[in-house]
Formats: sequence, C-alpha cells, structure tokens
Amino acid sequence: MTMTATLGHAHADPHHIGRAAEHPGPAPKRIVTAYGFWVFLLSDIVMFSCFFAAYAVLSGQTAGGPKGSEIFDQRNVAIETVCLLLSSFTCGMASVAADVRNRFWFYLGMAVTCVLGLIFLAIEFKEFADLVGRGYGPSRSAFLTAFFSLVGCHGLHVSAGVLWLLTMMAQVFAKGFRADVLRRMMCFALFWHALDIIWVGVFSVVYLLGGGA
Amino acid sequence: MLGKLDWSAIPFDQPIPLIAGGVVLAGILAVLIWVVVKGHLPYLWHEWITSVDHKRIGVMYILLASVMLLRGGSDAIMMRIQQAIAYQSQGYLPPEHYNQIFSAHGTIMIFFVAMPFVIGLMNLVVPLQLGVRDVAFPTLNSVGFWLTATGALLVNLSLVIGEFARTGWLAFPPLSELSYSPGVGVDYYAWSLQISGVGTLVAGINLVTTVLKLRTKGMNYLRMPMFCWTTLASNLLIVAAFPILTATLAMLLLDRYLGFHFFTNEAGGNVMMFMNLIWAWGHPEVYILVLPAFGIYSEVVSTFSSKPLFGYRSMVLATMAICIISFMVWLHHFFTMGAGPDVNAIFGIASMIIAVPTGVKIYNWLFTMYGGRIRFATPMLWSVGFMVTFIIGGLTGVLVAVPPADFMLHNSMFLVAHFHNVIIGGVLFAAFAGFEYWFPKAFGFRLDERWGKVGFWFTFIGFWVTFMPLYVVGMLGMTRRMQHYDVAEWRPWMLVAAFGMLLLTIGVLAQITQVVVSVRNREALRDRTGDPWDGRSLEWATSSPPPVFNFAFYPDVRGEDAYWALKQHAQEQQLGDHSGPEYQDIEMPRNSPTGFVCAFFATVMGFALIWHIWWMVILGGVGAFATFVVFAWRDHDEYVIPAAEVERIDRINVEERRNLVSLAGTL
Repeated sequence: MTMTATLGHAHADPHHIGRAAEHPGPAPKRIVTAYGFWVFLLSDIVMFSCFFAAYAVLSGQTAGGPKGSEIFDQRNVAIETVCLLLSSFTCGMASVAADVRNRFWFYLGMAVTCVLGLIFLAIEFKEFADLVGRGYGPSRSAFLTAFFSLVGCHGLHVSAGVLWLLTMMAQVFAKGFRADVLRRMMCFALFWHALDIIWVGVFSVVYLLGGGA
Repeated sequence: MLGKLDWSAIPFDQPIPLIAGGVVLAGILAVLIWVVVKGHLPYLWHEWITSVDHKRIGVMYILLASVMLLRGGSDAIMMRIQQAIAYQSQGYLPPEHYNQIFSAHGTIMIFFVAMPFVIGLMNLVVPLQLGVRDVAFPTLNSVGFWLTATGALLVNLSLVIGEFARTGWLAFPPLSELSYSPGVGVDYYAWSLQISGVGTLVAGINLVTTVLKLRTKGMNYLRMPMFCWTTLASNLLIVAAFPILTATLAMLLLDRYLGFHFFTNEAGGNVMMFMNLIWAWGHPEVYILVLPAFGIYSEVVSTFSSKPLFGYRSMVLATMAICIISFMVWLHHFFTMGAGPDVNAIFGIASMIIAVPTGVKIYNWLFTMYGGRIRFATPMLWSVGFMVTFIIGGLTGVLVAVPPADFMLHNSMFLVAHFHNVIIGGVLFAAFAGFEYWFPKAFGFRLDERWGKVGFWFTFIGFWVTFMPLYVVGMLGMTRRMQHYDVAEWRPWMLVAAFGMLLLTIGVLAQITQVVVSVRNREALRDRTGDPWDGRSLEWATSSPPPVFNFAFYPDVRGEDAYWALKQHAQEQQLGDHSGPEYQDIEMPRNSPTGFVCAFFATVMGFALIWHIWWMVILGGVGAFATFVVFAWRDHDEYVIPAAEVERIDRINVEERRNLVSLAGTL
C-alpha cells in the first residue's frame, strides 16, 4: 500500500501544470447551449465545404452545356447579397431587442429579417426556374449539378432558417422572453449569421470567380 | 399511392431471407406480447423509452449494438459457410443474395454495432467520470439514440421488404448509380445511414460539449481520465467527419433521385470524387471507433494493474496527434487510383507516421502493467488479448501503407484480414472489455467470471483461426467478395476459417450464457459499494447503479486518478463522521418522448423516401417538425429531487463504503 501511495503521489502533477487554474465546475446553461450550437455550426460548415469542393472539381465539366459566365446575372446576385447582409443586421437588432425584452422591436426586427430572407429566396428560385426553363437544369452537366447543389443547399438552409424564425416569433408571442426562449433565439441568430458567412463564400467562389471566366 | 411498393417487394421466392425475417418478426412480436401481457409497458415507457438519463440511453445504445451484432454475425457465418463450400460450385447462396449479405454485414458491423457500442459506453461512463449529473443536451441525446435505432430498423426491414444494396458497405459508384443498381437496395443503404448519421452527429456534438463545458470542480483537462480524452478526440472527429458522409450520400442520392451528375460516367461526373469524399470521412471513422477503444484499455489496464496510467501526458498527446493525422491519410484506401508516385508517397508516409502515436500507446500500456499488481479479471484478459492481436493488425496495416505493396494486396483477402484484425482486435475486444468492466456500474452486480473467461478464450482463439488464413489466401491472390472460386490452394484455408467462425460463434454464445447466468446469480454477484474493481476514476465514487443524479455533491477533484486519491485520503483519515456540506435540492431534466416520436416520423419518412411515396415523405417531415415544436412549447423541463430524498439515497451508499473502509482497516 505504501508503494502505490508513493507512486500515486509522485505521479500527481510534478510540474504543477494543472495547478495553474482550478477548473471552476460545470458551465451555466447559456454557455453550454451556445457552445454546442457553435460546434453544430462548424459541422455544418464542414458539410458545405464538401459541396464547395465538389463545385471546384466539377466547375469545368460543362459537357457542352453553358459555362458559368453565360448564365450568371450579376445584378440579381448583387440584390440577393444586399438582402442577406441587411437581414443579418436586422437579425442582430432583433437579438438586441430580445436581450432588453422589447417585444415591438423584436417583432419588427424579425419581420424585416423574414421579408429579406424571403426576397432572397424568391430571387434564387426565379434564377433556378429560369435556368431549368432554358434547359440548363442540374442534369444538363456536372457543372450545373454542382452549381445547383451548392447554391440550393444554402437556399435550403435559408428556408429552414425562415421556418425557424417564424417559430421563434410564435414562441416569443406565446411564452415571452423566457430563459429557454432566449437561448433558442441566440442559437437562431448564430445560425442566421453563419448562413451569411457561407453566402459570402458562395458569392465569391461561384458568382465572382465563375462570372468572369 | 404507394410509389414503387407492391407485393413483388416481398421475396416469396427466396426462402432464406423470408425465413430469417419471419423468425425475427416472430421474436419481436413475442417480446412485445410478453411486455404488454406482463404489464411492463408503462415501466418501459416511463423508465427507458422516454428516459433522458445518460446512463439509460447508454444502456439502450449497447443493447441495440448487441442485437445488431447477432444480425451482423449471422451474415458473417453465412459468408464463411458459403466460401467454405463454394469451391468449383455455386455454394448455397446465389450471387445477388451473397452480395447483399457482405454489404449488409459491413454496414451493420460499422454503423450499427461498433458505433452504438462505443457511443453507448461513452454515454454511460463519461458524465460519471467527469463528476457531473448529465450530458450537455439530455433530450437531444435521446433523439440521437432513437435516430440510430431508426437506421438499424430500416436496414433490417430491407430483409423482408425489397432488398439491400449489393454494392459493398461503401456503395461505390458507378455501381451504386441508378443505371447499375436500379432497385431499392442502395436507397435503403443511403437513407438508413443518413438518418442514423444525424443521430451520430447529435451524439458527437453532445459529448464534445459535455467534455469541454461540463466538468466538476477541479477537473482540469490534464486530470481527466484517459477515456474522457479519447471520447473528446473521437467526438471531435465525429463532428468534423460525419458531415462529409452526409454530404457524400446526399450527392449520391441526388444522382439517383433527380438525375444529377456528381458521380456518373456521363456529363462530366467524377467517380473518383466519391472515393476521395467517402474516405475523407471513412478514415477518420476508423479512429472514431478505435480511439474510445484505446480509452477503455487505458482505464482497464490501469485499474487491474493497480497503478496510475504510465505516461499519461504522452497518452494525451498521442490521442490528439492521432485525432489530427487521421484526416491526412485517406488516400491510402485507393493508392491504385493512379494519383502518381509523389501523392502516393506522401499519403503512404503519413499512414506510417500515424502508427507512431499508436505505438506510444502500446508501450504505455505495457509499462503500466510492468511492476503492477495485475489481476487477470475478464476485462483485463480482453485488454491483453487486444495488445497481442492489435500489434499484428497494426503491422499489416503499415505493410499495406507502402504503395508498391498495396498495389499487390489492394482489394484482396489480405486487406479483409487486416481490417478485421484491427476492428475486432481493437474495437470489439474493447467493447467487450468495457462491457465487463462497467456492467456492475450500470446494473449493480458483476458478471460471472467463469463464463466471461470461456467467452474470451473462444473469441480470442476463434479470431486467430478465422482471420490468419485470410492473410494467407490474400497472399495467394484471392480477392475479396468472391461468391465462388476454382483455385484448389485456397480451399483448405477457407475450411480453417469456417472452423474459426464456429469457435467465434461459441464465444458469442458463452457471453450470452454469461449474462443469463449472472442475472440469475445477481444476489451473489451484487456490488454493494459501487467500487467492485478497486477503481481509480469518479464513476466508482458513486453507488452501482448510480442514482439518477449521479452525485449528491459535485466531487472536488485535486489531481489525476480522482477517486483513488479520495480513497487514500479516506484511509488516512479513517473516514470520520460525515461532515460534508448540507444536502441540497437537485434539479434534473424531465423525461420526454421527443426522441421516440421524432424517430417514428423519421422511420416513416425514410421508408417513404426509399419507396418514392411522396405524400408519406411530407407527412413524416411535418410530423418530425411538429414534434420539435411541441417539445419547445413545454413549460417545465426540469423536476426537483428534494434534499431529504437525496440524503436518504446517498446515506445508504456512504454507509456501505464506510463498512468497506473499516473492514480494510482491520486487515
């Protein structure tokens, strides 16, 4: 017994590295929730990176179909981008309003965010419908496959975000600014901003790089 | 109305799947009827199905894995018999059936045996080792489990309704594309993995957050038990790698359902992109499985050698090194793609480098045993058996990491032997070691040692007899997945392998017997103190099974081997009167059927997607969303256990422990 005791003692942190700061114990719920959601967002970005990679590999494979520069409309994309970036600002306003528990500004901020999100989706839908109508659907070539998937994946995320947004508004209406509702609101805001960041990537890689070539 | 589904989907003309399906169905029905008639349904519903307790969820994961192990094992037995008799004959399995069996075997063993087994053990043990009361997201934890169960259900459904993939466990295109696999087999494969993949991702996020954000006072990173470290590494890999699988399978499904051209031969699709993507997930996946296994061995070897883990810090470093390097070796799965000598050389070297931290671990375990007072209980037997077995598997791995050698051995039985060598010898042995080691913690009584040892020896020897011949036939040029063959030199080895399979089967039966015998003798095997193995980490500091709140007080950790230090301290102090702080009310998360209901709708949706029943897809999607809204709308998500109740429960265990210490004092 003495031997194991000595061993255990000698082993216990000889250089006092672990003593620098004692861990204070489990983190509060708000921190835990936000942290977990950040981890989810990172995993979502990994998923997007696969679609980016696929686009990079397949963007030259037009199979006799159109190239990017022949089908991209920079004006539409500019409007989409402005809508989405503005919506991030209004979403931020809604978050601030939720933190100070101001219902009016919360609803207003969320409503404007929702409208901007819907405008974005409408423009994207019109672009897709237009391309399919001209015979340039995703089955036309591997390039179009990758284009529709990457941009569409982002669009699906925005659609899910709009659904979540409306659910959040309903929940604040029904339950008020409860602690768990505020935590969800924080996650929603993170989600919406992350979609913005991904859109910056889509905008640069697909429309800017592809538009010129 | 029912999409592609009609009576032709039921294989009336094929007796084997029909009978197997019938037996399984009858078994499930019998269990259900027994549960309902005996009146166990309310208990099952309130205590297990809707439970958000990490220990219960962990146990259910392990139960799912064990049942699926029997299914995957049956596939293995059928394959070994087929290859034993299919010399210059067709054997007893037609090719299209044989192809489904090896595809199902691989899919089931990785996704529905190995994954749920290790995730179950992590769920069960990690919050206890960290000294906390639950995981970060208890309800999501339940959702994750039930989604995994949905995937398993869909795979088994393919046995009787339709067919399973005939493409191998990773469904390589162009074979898995619609033009070559027009049936529903690949769709069963892809949708069940998509759904269970969401469950795995949820579990990964949950456990990463738990380890990083929920630790008891003083549980600094470098005081965490090794299993917590490997859990962290493994779940970081889940979070980083599983989205790749989701994206890749989504692309394959888009190809199949909407005529996209990601991986097709025509219109510029790129088949090799699938290989790169799937293995960018697939190689980290093997470390997702084996890192927690390394953690289990670390706990077991240290406990049963009665010594702290040798080289704890180097073990942490090795674990995190493997975590990172595992993302840089994927190309060794297809050296033969022809990426050129420079690319192959880089990936070959990276693959050899990853063996270095693994070697560090092996030496650490050996040095932990050196000079220790070793007890060869069943968990320790599995650990020592692992070291012997895994070294051989690792060495053959380094061998095929050499590109020129790989060109010879690619797609051969040598490879089959190699990865079974590391997955059975590494992951499955760990699962069994962990099962034996933590069973008393989960259920309050130990497992029968005699049957455990019988199980170990049959499995251990059975493994060698089954898989060493496969190395040999691989060297003799036999490729994998052969339904029949005409080469006389292979025949004897296939017969030996089939005999090995018999030994393995006896091993599994012995382990089942072990559980039955132990349940019968549970009073004699009762673990009253909560510390049956003279353990070192905090899961042994509470009763067996632990109360729902795990710990009445958050333990205050002062160093590595937290519980060992506590015991030393208690012995010096003779554990005087209980003079801790006052007991306080404890808030615990309320049970919720969200996970089960959500999985029900996911099952409906998955089945509908496979059979193109579009109205049902919408129904399932709306149902799943509605479930979450209902969950979000509830007003009380926690309940309170009053201080008096906490005290009553805790006192019982404290009393047992005091008796133990005073007994030890008299010795």
